[in-house]
Amino acid sequence: MTCEEFVELVTSYLDGTLPADERRAFDEHLALCPGCDRYLVQFRQTIDLLGELPQESLSSPVREQLLTAFAAWRRTSDTDGA
Amino acid sequence: MVGTVDAPERSDDRALVARLRDGDEQTFADLVDGWSGWMLRLARQHVQTQSLAEEVVQETWLAVLEGLDRFRGESALRTWVYRILLNQAKRRGVRESRSVPFASLAPEEQGPTVDPQRFQGPAEPHPGGWRQFPEEWPEQVVLTREVHEVVAEALTELPDRQRAVVALRDLDGHTSEEVCELLDISAGNQRVLLHRGRAVVRAHLETYFATVPSTRSEVTDDV
Repeated sequence: MTCEEFVELVTSYLDGTLPADERRAFDEHLALCPGCDRYLVQFRQTIDLLGELPQESLSSPVREQLLTAFAAWRRTSDTDGA
Repeated sequence: MVGTVDAPERSDDRALVARLRDGDEQTFADLVDGWSGWMLRLARQHVQTQSLAEEVVQETWLAVLEGLDRFRGESALRTWVYRILLNQAKRRGVRESRSVPFASLAPEEQGPTVDPQRFQGPAEPHPGGWRQFPEEWPEQVVLTREVHEVVAEALTELPDRQRAVVALRDLDGHTSEEVCELLDISAGNQRVLLHRGRAVVRAHLETYFATVPSTRSEVTDDV
């Protein structure tokens, strides 16, 4: 496995979807190549940083409207009375 | 991962739905707070503006309440909510004439994710090997405001499909199976889009760290 091939397999490797022989070749290359080891580390760091981005959220008026709608919905289902 | 209700088991789903049917407002508020982030991002794939995306999410929650009695737990609650979202978004999306076909990969979504110039050519000693190893990054990469901006901006610049997959996987913590189901793409395409998107974000970070002196972290607070 070359470095150029290695960098294309990182996501598959991290997802655990590489076939056994490719995974073995990947691990062997990783053990011998500081450049690819570094690439993998940075790829993981990138994923971690993405995971730390704040989630988008609804504006508070819309959120309030939804909670009000929920209260109204609850009352309706109560009167439907199952 | 963020969010209080990630990847619920089916039995958790049933408990959750039972609490909603009982009118537990806190459960509904937690669900809205936990899920609206990924819902907004997905809605945004189909409509032009953030405020339209917000309308789509709002309509989706209302439709969820209306349809809650029909939820039988045959799919995960998250998937069921997502399908409703998709219907709402597509109705808008058609009106806004911006639907993103997800079935197959465009030519620009294929090919190498790292500049081929960084690897040795066939005539060099180690064909396909690094010409020069990637530069080391700071040992502890923390999400300073600047790094945050670099990552957020890289994400914004990604093509729609890549951004959707990266956001769903890495920001919202969905599994690859969930993303395939949510976006109706094959496992192979999901992986290609995710890998490409991540590689672009890594490259942005690489460029950024190359311009920042390593001592910078000690003085950021003063800037």
